[in-house]
Order: sequence, then C-alpha cells, then structure tokens
Amino acid sequence: MTRRPSAVAFVLAALGFAAVAATFSDAARLARERQPFRGETAALAAKLGLTDLALFTEARYTRHPTQADLHSAFQDHPLALEHFPTGSLVVPRPHEPLDRKTAQPD
Amino acid sequence: MNPWIEKQRSLIDFTLASLARRKTRNLGLLAVYGLLVFVLASVMLFVHALRQEATAILDGTPEVILQRMVAGRHDLIPPGYLERIGRIRGVQAKEGRLWGYYYDPVVKANYTFMVPGHEIAPGTLHIGPGLARERGLAPGNTVSFRSYSGRLFAFTVGAVLPQKSELASADLVLLSEQDFRAFFEYPAGHYTDIALSVANPQEVRTVAAKLANALPDSRPILREEVLRTYASIFDWREGIVLTVLAGALFAFAILAWDKASGLSAEEKREIGILKAIGWETGDVIKMKFWEGTLVSLAAFLLGYVGAYLHVFRFDAALFEPVLKGWAVLYPRFSLTPAIDGLAVATLFFFTVVPYTAAVLVPIWRAATTDPDAVMRA
Repeated sequence: MTRRPSAVAFVLAALGFAAVAATFSDAARLARERQPFRGETAALAAKLGLTDLALFTEARYTRHPTQADLHSAFQDHPLALEHFPTGSLVVPRPHEPLDRKTAQPD
Repeated sequence: MNPWIEKQRSLIDFTLASLARRKTRNLGLLAVYGLLVFVLASVMLFVHALRQEATAILDGTPEVILQRMVAGRHDLIPPGYLERIGRIRGVQAKEGRLWGYYYDPVVKANYTFMVPGHEIAPGTLHIGPGLARERGLAPGNTVSFRSYSGRLFAFTVGAVLPQKSELASADLVLLSEQDFRAFFEYPAGHYTDIALSVANPQEVRTVAAKLANALPDSRPILREEVLRTYASIFDWREGIVLTVLAGALFAFAILAWDKASGLSAEEKREIGILKAIGWETGDVIKMKFWEGTLVSLAAFLLGYVGAYLHVFRFDAALFEPVLKGWAVLYPRFSLTPAIDGLAVATLFFFTVVPYTAAVLVPIWRAATTDPDAVMRA
C-alpha cells in the first residue's frame, strides 16, 4: 500500500515541531554546560574590574564604549559617526592607509 | 475517522500533489523563504544571547568608575585626588586603576594593558587568549613591545588567560604596576581612573551625586549605565542588521505577493476545472489555505532550526565577518543559549500568517467567479 502524501506531511511537520521543541531543551542543556565558563568569565571580569566586552578592539571608543569621552563618536552605538547635525554635512576624514603599497614593483 | 478530518486529509493530499506538479518553482520559493527566516531568526537569537551574556559577564563590574575630565576629555587622576574623595558614607573601597591601550604594529592590533588587583611579578605578562593566538605565544615565551617612547621592553609570558573567558579578555595584557609605569612613562602617583565599590545598590546614585559635588571635574560612570550602554549597543546592532535586511524583506514580500496573488494561467485553469467537476468555493479556498500553511510552516521550521544550529552549534560563523568590523583581534566564543519564547512566537506569527493570508485573497476572487469564465481567461 502506498502511503498517502498527507501522512508523510504530518510526519514531517511533527518532526519539524519536535526539532523546534528540541532547540529549547538543547538550549537548556547547553546553557547548563556553558554556565561554568560564563561564571569563570564573570569572575575574571569582576576580579579585574572589567567594564566592557572585547568584541570590537579597533579603537578605544569601540573597545570600551562605556568609558569613552562624553559625546565621542561611537559612544552610544558603534555605527554612529556624529551626534550632531554637522555629521551629515561634513564627511569624516578618510582613513590613512597604514601600510602603503610601493608605486614601483620591488 | 471523523469525516471532517478525512476531508482535510484529502485536501492536503490534493494540495501536495498540486505543489509537486510545479516542483522547481515551489522548492525555489521554499528555499528563499526558509533562508529569509533563517537570517531573521539568526539575528534574533544571536542578539538576545549576546545581550544576556553581556549582562551576566558585566554584572560584577565596579559599582562606580570615576574619571577625571580636563577640557571635556578623560584625563589622568593626579596624586591627592583619591584622598579628596575622603570618606563618603556607603563607599566600601576605593582604588586607583591603571590601564591603557597599545597598538602592536606586528599584527596591527590594539591591546588593552592593565594592572590587575593581584600581584604579577615584574617582567612577566599574563595575556589574553586572542593575543596569544594572534602572536603565537605560550607560557614561558618572551615577547617584546616597543613603547611609545621608542624603548624596547622584553617580557616573559607568565600565563595565558582561560580561553573560555575570551569574550571579556581576548586582548588583555596584565602586567605589574612597575612595568606599566615604566612602559607608558606614567607619572608617579597618577592613575587612569578610580573604581569605587558601594555595598548598598540603593545608595549608588547618592554616592555618584556626592562625588560630582565634591569633585566637579569628575565623571562618575555607574554599573547600571554600563549595562544600559550594552543593551542599547545590541539593540542598535540588531536594528542595523534588520534595516539592511529590510531590502531583502521587501523583495521577498513582493515575490511572495506576486506568487501568491498573481495566479498563473495554469492555476486558474485548475481552479476552473475543480469548480466544473463539482468542488465548492469553500473547498478551493481550503485547499489554497493548506498550500499557504504548508509552504510557510515548512519555511519557518527549516529556517528557525537552521538558525538555532548556526548560532549555538556553529558559533554564528556567518556573522563573524560582520561583527569583526575593523578589529584584527576578534574573540572566539560560544554563546550560552538563551531563547526568547515570545520572540520565536512573534517570528512564527509574522512568517506563517501573512503568507497564508496573501494566498487566500486572489483565490477568493478566482473561486467565486464562473468556472467557464475562469477557464477561458
């Protein structure tokens, strides 16, 4: 006997919902597993008095956004160039290339 | 079996057979739809987990950090400043902190140099795992940095901070106070800022107000402000990604609307035939309702489960280039999963319901007209 397509669809949908439910149980299990590491990081942060995450290390106001000067660029959010309307009128200075290529091949 | 259920099963059988007749088109639609749900769900899961992580990790940050401002810029704490704070009721401890930034031209990365509360032997460094990986360093190795005055300083790596703490410590260089002052030629008795610990959370604002009164050139930064800044940063990041995605969302909305509302001649003929052989308008609509539900449900299930695996099992590998920005040193970290059930329910609602509704509108129009007219059109 051939299986009806609707039966296959029900089984697949049930599997899909089971997978969604499994993400919640897997998340709980992973959270329990990773909790000690988070605790270790939090303990290190508390011991050293760290105020920021090391997510964006390119500049001081992105490395420590909470400690940046008042009104400095990026202080409130990483992509904000300027707090004031001037920012929409004056283009920021282009970045000076740190390692230039030689004009002539070596 | 209940006749109603049997009828719905037959309708689903028919719908699936009808979808299978246009296999390539429907599979293409499902792939694009699923991919869109995948990206949206990935952003949602990632940002939520990162926000939770930041809150948990920075929970132990000092209650108050006191900076000194000169001409609107952060300046060093001069000698005698700590004493001027005096005894403020509620302040348990106050301590001058030493930290700063160093640009390493070897790997073109920025490091955070810091003097920890505990003792580190002079000439020794404890380095962050990101830095150790980038420079290929291990405990016992020697590393030298050229200071801003041009002198070369050689240090021995005493320890590498735990890899699991990389999210907070990737670029850290911990060294002794003596080495820090010599390396940066920091004037004696000066500090970068002051950390204050306040026992009672209710008193933090009062303490900050007293500090601002006693030292008008100071800027107190409270722990709650630190946490708030991080919440706003991630909200902003999520917003930016979603704004960028808005183009893709609209494109998909147009595609879905076009696919769902603009019936092809073949579909119209099919509806006409169904009506001619005795299907009722209600049956045609039910069949199309099942089509919309099955396609959007499959897209949601595939997209959401894929997003979960991407963010928590593959450490959001696809987002790394976006988040990395300009930084050379980027922490490798596994987020602790935290799923916001309400957000998942919202995503479900906004992916499944609009598509199903969009499918029904044109069908209603086609199914209520005369079968002969529909077939001739």
